[in-house]
Amino acid sequence: MTDLAPVKSNNRFPFQIRFEPRLGELKWWQSLLISLIALIVSLLVGALLLSVVGGNPWKAYSHIAKASFGDIGVFSDTMVKAIPLILIGLACSVAFRMKLWNIGAEGQFFLGAFGASIVVLIPIVPDGSPAWVYISVMALFAMVFGALWGFLPGYLKARFNVNEVISTLMMNYIAVAWNNFFIYAVWSEGGFQMSKMFPRAAWLPRLTDFSKQIPELRGLTTHAGLIFALIMVVVVWFLLSRSRWGYEIRLIGDNPKAANYAGIQIKKNVILVMMLSGGLAGLAGMSEISGVVHRLQGAISPGYGFTGIIVAWLAKLNPYLVVIVSILFGGLILAGREIQPSGIPKLIQGIILVSLIASDYLVRNRVRIIRRTED
Amino acid sequence: MDAVIILQAGVATGTVLLFATLGGIFSERAGVMQLGIEGMMLLGAMAAFSVTVATGNPWLGLLVAMLAAGLLSQIHAFITITLGADQVVSGLSLTFVGTGIALVFGEQLSKAGVISLIPRYTVPFLSQIPFIGTIFFTDHSVLVYLGYLLVPLASYYIYHTRPGMHLRAVGEQPSAADSLGINVYRTRYIYVFICGLFSGLAGGTISLAISPGWFSELTTSGQGWIAVGLIIFSQWDPTRALVGAYAFGALRRLVLDIQGPTILFGMRNPFYYNPYWGFFLMMLPYAFTIIVLVIGSYSAMRRRLGAPAALGIPYIRGERGV
Amino acid sequence: MTNNSDQPTEMQADTVVSMQGIVKQFPGVLANDRVTFTLKRGEIHALLGENGAGKSTLMNILTGLYKPDNGMITVQGKRVVFSSPNQAIAHGIGMVHQHFMLVPTQTVTENILLGLNEPRFRLNLSKYNAIVKDLGERMGLPIDPTAHIWQLSVGEQQRVELLKILYRGAEVLILDEPTAVLAPQEIEAFFCTLRKMTSQGKSIIFISHKLNEVLQIADRVTVMRRGRVTAEGVNPTGLSIKDLAKLMVGREITFDVTKEDVTPGEVVLSIEDLVCENDKGLPALRGVNMNIRHGEIVGLAGVAGNGQRELAEVITGLRKSTRGKITIHDRDVTHTDPRNHIRHGISHIPEDRHHTGTAPNLSLTDNVIMKSYTHAPISKGWTINQVAADRYATDLRSAYNILSPTIKTPVRLLSGGNLQRVILAREISTQPALMVAMQPTRGLDVGAIEGVQKLLLLQREAGAGILLVSEELDELLALSDRIYVIFEGRIVGEVMDKDIDRIGFLMCGTSPDKNEAMGEKND
Repeated sequence: MTDLAPVKSNNRFPFQIRFEPRLGELKWWQSLLISLIALIVSLLVGALLLSVVGGNPWKAYSHIAKASFGDIGVFSDTMVKAIPLILIGLACSVAFRMKLWNIGAEGQFFLGAFGASIVVLIPIVPDGSPAWVYISVMALFAMVFGALWGFLPGYLKARFNVNEVISTLMMNYIAVAWNNFFIYAVWSEGGFQMSKMFPRAAWLPRLTDFSKQIPELRGLTTHAGLIFALIMVVVVWFLLSRSRWGYEIRLIGDNPKAANYAGIQIKKNVILVMMLSGGLAGLAGMSEISGVVHRLQGAISPGYGFTGIIVAWLAKLNPYLVVIVSILFGGLILAGREIQPSGIPKLIQGIILVSLIASDYLVRNRVRIIRRTED
Repeated sequence: MDAVIILQAGVATGTVLLFATLGGIFSERAGVMQLGIEGMMLLGAMAAFSVTVATGNPWLGLLVAMLAAGLLSQIHAFITITLGADQVVSGLSLTFVGTGIALVFGEQLSKAGVISLIPRYTVPFLSQIPFIGTIFFTDHSVLVYLGYLLVPLASYYIYHTRPGMHLRAVGEQPSAADSLGINVYRTRYIYVFICGLFSGLAGGTISLAISPGWFSELTTSGQGWIAVGLIIFSQWDPTRALVGAYAFGALRRLVLDIQGPTILFGMRNPFYYNPYWGFFLMMLPYAFTIIVLVIGSYSAMRRRLGAPAALGIPYIRGERGV
Repeated sequence: MTNNSDQPTEMQADTVVSMQGIVKQFPGVLANDRVTFTLKRGEIHALLGENGAGKSTLMNILTGLYKPDNGMITVQGKRVVFSSPNQAIAHGIGMVHQHFMLVPTQTVTENILLGLNEPRFRLNLSKYNAIVKDLGERMGLPIDPTAHIWQLSVGEQQRVELLKILYRGAEVLILDEPTAVLAPQEIEAFFCTLRKMTSQGKSIIFISHKLNEVLQIADRVTVMRRGRVTAEGVNPTGLSIKDLAKLMVGREITFDVTKEDVTPGEVVLSIEDLVCENDKGLPALRGVNMNIRHGEIVGLAGVAGNGQRELAEVITGLRKSTRGKITIHDRDVTHTDPRNHIRHGISHIPEDRHHTGTAPNLSLTDNVIMKSYTHAPISKGWTINQVAADRYATDLRSAYNILSPTIKTPVRLLSGGNLQRVILAREISTQPALMVAMQPTRGLDVGAIEGVQKLLLLQREAGAGILLVSEELDELLALSDRIYVIFEGRIVGEVMDKDIDRIGFLMCGTSPDKNEAMGEKND
């Protein structure tokens, strides 16, 4: 058997790094600092990987910065990308608060776009309706369809305990095929894989639309979807931190057993939260259709649904922080289109998420450097 | 459209899912959830293809694919086992990273020409059996036969060997395993690594044998996620995984083949005359994954058994108040 | 302390284990402070102390689960450093933990073989089943080796734990609170088994906080308090319970609870023919009848795992019954959800503070409003009135003496006693008609226990009906007005006169007077 020698001090280094569970709470700036460090570390790792594949990371990063925040024009484009991210980031935040892993925002986004499109294409509202009718009915339909797409996984989770990660993901693939069918087969315009252009009344107004009055706004693409997004930020914040329902979500998220014990109906809330989450993602789909492309077409999302997950996580599920993080990631997506190789933005997003969850360890534990005293 | 041919192709396609599912079963039996399979598969497919392009040796490609995915899996292992982070989010991030790396390094690969693939083989005698012989033993990639071998081996390993018993204990009651000197952390690292190897193998099987080539994200087109669903359907049992994987393989094949003939079951084939209906066919594998999940989860709920008890829960030794 | 002291020290030859100057620091707590402990061959050495005194930590160090920060351990005269339980067991030291370390989905034999090098690879279970069965019979611990752990009773599981370490050739057996899962009569038999083992040369460390048991079984006693040894290896003959208690707690403690006379009022809760299943789908309750009136504490005695938890859960609406009827104040609440039970004035102190009773990462405020957030003033329409909630939390914090830095502190940072006060504060402040208290004092130190008991008695005086479920018979006897005994999901008797012998018999499923048992079991 093992021969157990007496204690040997085989560590020559006189200090020892020890991680201990944190007994107190973190100050807000501490957790912010940890997130920032994680962000910087992941950018460094990304830089390393970039130089491995023969790219120049500093050029890439400065290009990203310039191409997304360099002047008011590109910043306005960045905001366009940030709008769906804000809404999807909120969608994920709501679900993640309850530890419901809704990975299906992408699909809910597509169904939202579909729902908004049928308002124009079937049409639900008569041609020539005023803009406010178009916009509000489209937003409503988008949220309803997104919510429906969230309802199914929520129901399956509540009723059969079906893992929502996989069901929501599968629903993504189904949503894309569903939209494609309509783009190719039903609403195809002149053999192209897209519907006809929506009437102007169904467009969300853009800043540039007001350039007659204010010339500085010429060419700025930021659209009124931003207003939707910001309203939703406040609504979600209020729901999560001030309402009774928000309290129930928090309780279920932290300890479902305790929530059940407190008389909260978990199954009902699972379905409701999935529907709210889906509805928010669906609204993002409408804002993209009505504010940017003005028709139903295939490539409307550069992976908003997945980036939204990272946004929510980086924002610590806080609705206000979602806005800031969304703008940063909007820039990454915007500038990322021109970066070669094309996998880089995805890779950087992945690395950011990895270092973020790794950094959570520092939130839960503190580091202590101890001088060795023994022997 | 011949049922035997579809089933034969189904077994081939299903082999990919089988490898990935087996890997997931090992990892989840040890208590570590695996949502990173898709990313590891994609990385494996890319690595296998690019190494084969460079060296001309598909076996070397397969080996590198397994090692690359195995290496990637260790990020997940470190984050979830050592740092005790949430396994769902970590698995997702692994898929992001794996996909990202695969896309970055695979940038030029789609232009690569014909490469040598994993050889095919027809088993003498066995292939003469009617139906069965054609479906299971005729003109299959060697990797398909590897699948036949791995299932009973995995089953035997999990239920009838000492390390298999330890694996089950670590996933069910890590504190009990720990108290008996089984290193929970090391065991989990090892099986997460094994899951990586299997996922890499699955990815390599796609790009070097089943549907050769590199088509960026479409190479795997979500098969890693279907495998995650199959893990639950299989109730963490290799034999059930085999059934599920082959059934799914056949379904995927059916979806492709059903659009071919003009006559289907003596009627005009609606999918031939309305090619756009193919979009609904494309939904089928994903819809079926959800149905299979419902079946798996519902039966687990009714039998009050199922997932390894410690699945998804980080193990932290020596918490106060023991 | 030199490094090369591996030759036998000048201790008596019959010393098996010696621990000198053991120090172990946990974040925020000095769990062991220069602890010294010796064990002689063939003795039963009791290690006595309150919860949190450092007994378990010391033993976890001896078995290699924790590494000491300082100190020296010798086994059979040789200095050892264990870095894993495997090394400890290789030196003949094995421990049975208070919470069993068993894999429920595996068989008895598999559990016993876990972690061993033999068999090398292939599990030849039929061979090892025979060996395990034989060992069990030889040691007086009969067991079916092919049974799965989840099918076994708690007592049987304890046997598996003992067999597990005996199979590994343990010479030193560490038993952590082994009698907690046994009925009084089973304890006698268990002590006989222990005596048999020591006569075969085994040495036993008996961890306990039950003074009478220690006096009954121990050859020597070591007492710990707050990480320190207050009496080392003393002979218990001539010591009284009071002496031990003083060593253990550091002050005189009173064993008597002063109870006001309260005349019980009308019936709050009545249960008829209640049947339900446990988590595995096996019958847990097989026709329970009972009633509880206002202003009385009704004890529920029984060996753990006889349906107590399920009964509490059915009464509070957390578990569905398959037959029978529960009425509160003549209103039928069977098959309704927990919210309805709460609305009818049932409060619940759950067995599992961390996993059921609280949301660990949420603030103290969020935890205390769990049962009252749906009512004014905390509820304001759709919203929560945060000011009112905070005021409520502040009031409870001072009224129940909850020690927490702020009301925003996440409750996972609170100690066990404080956590229990959080739960009590919340449950009592709803002014319940009926309170179901599961193991309300388990794991608390003496001071905290007194506080909790006092609160329960105050509730009784305030007119609440209380169902007290406890495995501490002393506590049940002290607090209860009458006691039901539960065995295998049936109420096998009601004891009004605190006859401990009769309770003991009933807990084992046997009845001292046959007639009554027959009468109770008519189903």
